Amino acid sequence: MQKNIWPWKASHGKLMMWFFLISDIFTFASLLIAYGFIRYLHLATNVKDVQPSQIYWPIPEKVFHSVPFLQDMYLPLIFVGIMTFVLILSSVTMVLAVDAGKRMDQKKVEKWLFWTIVGGIIFLCCQAWEWSHFIAGSKEGIWMHIFQQGTWIKKNIQGANLTINEYGPPAFAAFFFVITGFHGLHVLSGVVLNIIIYYRTVVGYYQKENYLMVEKVGLYWHFVDVVWLFVFTFFYLI
Amino acid sequence: MHQENFITKYIFSTDHKMIAKQYLITGIIWAFIGGMLSILFRLQLGFPKESLLWLKPLLGNWISSTGKLDPEFYLALVTMHGTIMVFFVLTAGLSGTFSNLLIPLQIGARDMASGFLNMLSYWFFFLSSIVMFISLFIGTGPAGGGWTVYPPLSALPQAIAGSGMGMTLWLVSMTLFIISSLLGSINYITTVINLRTKGMSFFRLPLSIWSLFFTAIIGTIAFPVLLAAALLLVCDRSLGTSFFLSDIYIAGEALVHQGGSPVLFQHLFWFLGHPEVYIVLLPALGITSEVITTNARKPIFGYKPMVISMFAITVISFGVWAHHMFVSGMNPFLGAVFTFMTLIIAVPSAVKVFNYLATLWRGNIIFTPAMLFALGLVSFFISGGLTGIFLGNSSLDIQLHDTYFVVAHFHLVMGGLSFFGMMAGVYHWFPKMFGRMMHQKLGYWHFWLTFVGVYLVFFPLHYMGIGGVPRRYYAFTNFDTFSGFVDLNIFVSIAAIVTMGAQFIFVFNFFYSMFRGQTAVKNPWRSTTLEWTTPVKPMHGNWPGVIPTVYRWSYDYSVPHADTDFIPQHIPDKKVKISAQ
Repeated sequence: MQKNIWPWKASHGKLMMWFFLISDIFTFASLLIAYGFIRYLHLATNVKDVQPSQIYWPIPEKVFHSVPFLQDMYLPLIFVGIMTFVLILSSVTMVLAVDAGKRMDQKKVEKWLFWTIVGGIIFLCCQAWEWSHFIAGSKEGIWMHIFQQGTWIKKNIQGANLTINEYGPPAFAAFFFVITGFHGLHVLSGVVLNIIIYYRTVVGYYQKENYLMVEKVGLYWHFVDVVWLFVFTFFYLI
Repeated sequence: MHQENFITKYIFSTDHKMIAKQYLITGIIWAFIGGMLSILFRLQLGFPKESLLWLKPLLGNWISSTGKLDPEFYLALVTMHGTIMVFFVLTAGLSGTFSNLLIPLQIGARDMASGFLNMLSYWFFFLSSIVMFISLFIGTGPAGGGWTVYPPLSALPQAIAGSGMGMTLWLVSMTLFIISSLLGSINYITTVINLRTKGMSFFRLPLSIWSLFFTAIIGTIAFPVLLAAALLLVCDRSLGTSFFLSDIYIAGEALVHQGGSPVLFQHLFWFLGHPEVYIVLLPALGITSEVITTNARKPIFGYKPMVISMFAITVISFGVWAHHMFVSGMNPFLGAVFTFMTLIIAVPSAVKVFNYLATLWRGNIIFTPAMLFALGLVSFFISGGLTGIFLGNSSLDIQLHDTYFVVAHFHLVMGGLSFFGMMAGVYHWFPKMFGRMMHQKLGYWHFWLTFVGVYLVFFPLHYMGIGGVPRRYYAFTNFDTFSGFVDLNIFVSIAAIVTMGAQFIFVFNFFYSMFRGQTAVKNPWRSTTLEWTTPVKPMHGNWPGVIPTVYRWSYDYSVPHADTDFIPQHIPDKKVKISAQ
């Protein structure tokens, strides 16, 4: 084989992963921009104790304020903060796994990959809880004026799904499900990829050559993490 | 190299040359389907009063018992014609074919960075084709809301016949297509960056490689936006959300949808849709650069300006999308911004045209069929590009929007230009693909009939457009205002049928030459680039020995004092024979 020119000292697979990620960035970016677009078609809530309605976009911390086992307390954004922290930690363990791979330390790679998988699964479980809590809604529901069949009617709304939303306009819930769901799908596939490379590490497949594949999956995993920070910012913080 | 059996060689091949042929032949089949659809609606437009009963065996229920074409099927015809031509022929068929064929051969690589992903890319395209093909045959007909699939026609399954199953299949097919395009693009980019042979620096790359490289970058960035739009559209269609739907009344009855915005979809769609124009355009321009410089026996004029202008087109193409939406109800201030951006993009385009003309200036031109098609492309680039300046103005666009002027504009500059680029590429690289030459006389016939035909079809449409005739209308005879254009419509329809007929010459020539054509020599066009240093029929791996090293840029034609009028890229300086001054 002739010596090739690799201008960025990156192997083919790594470059491809980078370009795939650039592409995926644009998918997420368009979803978040669509979210912003629809959000600004609605009025912003500027009164602190305004009732949820279909006209005002909700304040996120008034929507996401529950933590498992402490559901009656008002703990705004604590739970999603924990989720974010877990995901960032799993990114740290991934870095350690990649680093161990560069030193060809099979045992360490196994250990850190294991914790990365655990972190990913915890995140998914948290998301499942948050979704189910969001879908179930408050115990007594909320009486809301909604626009249906061409007229405004007063109706008791409980919980949220793709078409109704007790916390505000239905679009808020719809975007919540689509964007966090799309991100969750990425986390899920990341966990599956992690499990595959974990298995291959355990059987010593990478020890024979190098841990490049761990590095590539690591790139993907960091990407999923970084995207979550954007979703977190757009959905929960502002 | 490993042993190949029939399946690994011709079907699930990972060899880039075979994948290129698969793309090309699939593209040609699609071009015929797309072309035939256009003939069907041209028949309707030219002869709305004539009975089309003779088409009943082919179209079944879409022809009524009195011989009238179903109006909803007419909408489906224009929709499918657009979708097929833009995505399946001019995106996959053009850049799929030539990226696969040219990138490894011209940069000096044995194959793509990942042959497997490359194969996967073709098969995703194939699956997407199958789904789109099936949608032509279902009871309610294929998607009918225009190739831009604007909601609400695309978002409400009950809106028109084509909004139901046809639209669902359209979305499935396009999702598969986006995956295919993504797999292909990341492969092309990586190959160009990492697999160039020794000495092949970026500024020694042939312009065709530059254009395919930029095309792949645009594809990587633009297509995912359509994916996001498709995702939201599927939710609107099937799950009851209202991302793209505000309050809608059908027959006085309000639907449950509210709170969304169809303009949002237009933004997302055109963020793909406009760069898509350049995905279609750039490969054709790259091919033309090669063909013109080879057949004018002159180095390309302004190599670096060419690269820079393609780069500029790539960047600016992401900032012009809303010029498709001047009348959509968006903020008029945006109209001013996008008018500005749109007129800016005329600058790099003009640079390219002037460079082509300067390359031809006092060249020793050889009129091969490929060269004629390349010259035809330059002609379309000028005549179609000039009308782009009209349409880019938001004030003029209010009058011209959605008229036949737009149809004429993009059929010349996007349809005709890219089709001619593709044809130039096929005629030029046919010897490399199949080891045989295409028949030259038939090539001339094909060129002249098509060239004159395209102008006869699309030039009159400018007059109709300025006269205010809107596109996508089923029959103009229903309106007195347009009665003046009836004769013109008949003329255009006849021209379209003749032009379509001329394409059979090409197909005959293509398949005849594939098996019976004159055997090619190693470098039939006396070209400098690396692909002509491979054997006449390159094997898997392209070069039998080591890959040649590159010592010079790609366009050493008519070097002063050199013995031959071209110096291939792999010839070192000391081997060039210099005659005494």
